Amino acid sequence: MDRSPSAATFPHPDRTRALFPGLLGLCCVIAFVASWRLAQVEPGLLLQAESRRNMARFIAGMFPPELSRDFLGLLVGPALETIQISVMGTVLAIAIGLPLGLLGTASLTITGVLNEFELAGAPARRAARIAPYACARGLLSVFRCIPEFVWAFMFVRAVGLGPFPGVLAIGIAYGGMLGKVYSEILENQGMRGSEALQATGATRWKVLCYGLIPQALPQLVSYTLYRWECAVRASAILGFVGAGGLGQQIELSMRMFNFHEVVTLVLLLFLLVATVDFLSGALRKAIV
Amino acid sequence: MAPRAGSDVLALPPGPRGLLRGTTLLLWAAIAGLILWSWHGTRFDPIVLLGAEGRAEILAYVRKLFPPDLAGAFLAKVLYWSLETFAMSFMGTLLSVAIALLLVFPATRTLAFSGLLFERDEAGRPIRILRVGLFVGARFVLDILRTVPHIVWALIFVFAVGLGPFPGVLALGLHTGGVLGKLFAEAAEDIETQPLEALQATGASRLQIFVYGILPRVAPQLLAYSLYRWEVNIREAIILGYVGAGGLGQQIQIAISLFLENKLLTLILAIYVMVTLVDYFSAFLRRRLL
Repeated sequence: MDRSPSAATFPHPDRTRALFPGLLGLCCVIAFVASWRLAQVEPGLLLQAESRRNMARFIAGMFPPELSRDFLGLLVGPALETIQISVMGTVLAIAIGLPLGLLGTASLTITGVLNEFELAGAPARRAARIAPYACARGLLSVFRCIPEFVWAFMFVRAVGLGPFPGVLAIGIAYGGMLGKVYSEILENQGMRGSEALQATGATRWKVLCYGLIPQALPQLVSYTLYRWECAVRASAILGFVGAGGLGQQIELSMRMFNFHEVVTLVLLLFLLVATVDFLSGALRKAIV
Repeated sequence: MAPRAGSDVLALPPGPRGLLRGTTLLLWAAIAGLILWSWHGTRFDPIVLLGAEGRAEILAYVRKLFPPDLAGAFLAKVLYWSLETFAMSFMGTLLSVAIALLLVFPATRTLAFSGLLFERDEAGRPIRILRVGLFVGARFVLDILRTVPHIVWALIFVFAVGLGPFPGVLALGLHTGGVLGKLFAEAAEDIETQPLEALQATGASRLQIFVYGILPRVAPQLLAYSLYRWEVNIREAIILGYVGAGGLGQQIQIAISLFLENKLLTLILAIYVMVTLVDYFSAFLRRRLL
């Protein structure tokens, strides 16, 4: 009965597999209904007279955008500071993410062809390798799961207002992300070159420097540059908690209901982001 | 040393790397300059942190964080705030997918006015101009949605409809809608065109081509983008609490401002758990569905 080739090549899905779409759908419906209530979604609110009046006030207030020389002059400093925070934050993120990412790369420290002979039948040595691996992974996960905004909040408390806490916040949060992605990139590299290097007697350190990293460099650089682009947006936001840059001015203008200034600020932010995207694209082309 | 004629066969062609060598120094100098300028401008000072005084201050702060406040009543409230933040990110992401799907059709170049589907187009000039106009308009809307940061959208909606998670949902939905709309349109433009041509030959309209030819092909990619954006949004939802959109973010602000360090640690732990859970769930779904 079940001799037909299709039945042979495509075995019947087991019951859990068949149940999965239904279960998932049910979960989505429950999540939707519960979220609708919890998030107090009320589309009608948007159409209320008062909301409409506020919206109209906002849109009318946007024009004309504030382009006076005084105001623009005021923004040059914060705009440059935003870029500086993003650069320094990314540098710090590399300094944090690279060592932790290397420690957290399984193919380098515990598993795979580089380690199988060294660690076979040596449980103590294996444990001594797994401990830093697990620590690095755990730290990276704490660093990246807490948003940079919350880090900034705490660092403003610790070291005071200004761009420095912004740098620290971006460095830590993005260090966590870079470290995780670095280790994923390194683990996904083909290991043949590294194996060949090891066969010549190279230590793991040398295999890393002369085999894995050169092999993965384009991907590593490319992802780091992408993170820099994200860091510009993030550092503009961090100003809201007093960590320097454009955000401070955005919040000020918004709280004072100076919407024509907000328009200018958002445009300026757009220009900044576009500039950094362009620079990062050029760097990517030159390096990768 | 001049290479011999015979060795030229094996030599690598002068590709970008060869070109790079001439400018390497300049490039590194530029990067170093950028970093130095930023170091100076941000008053970056590791000593402040790692010097004896900085270390002592940080240690003292960390000590104050412990132990986390684990009283039952507070934990129940933390659970509620976490769910509120979760709901905000979930509804915001759904709204953004809806916005992106609404705008992806006019914002896809190959569906709007150019390419294969229009090779034998006999529409008059005004219709064509209208199509280009629609495309430019849709892209422009997406650009605006994307350019304005979440937090500014949130401030605008808090101003318009008052405090609470709903303005947060709207802010996440609009900004992320702009991001996803662009990604969706790029995905739709990038697929192979033969099946679309076949569909067109059967007399399918452009909307039918979109629904039956393009959407099924790009659905996995769209789903992956949306799930990834959800992971981003759960973090953003926390930030939006700061401007009055409720949830964990607002409580964090309160805890930091009022020096409630033990409660702060509980809230941070809650964030960690929630973000990790969403990351895992989203990765699981991607593995399972794609």
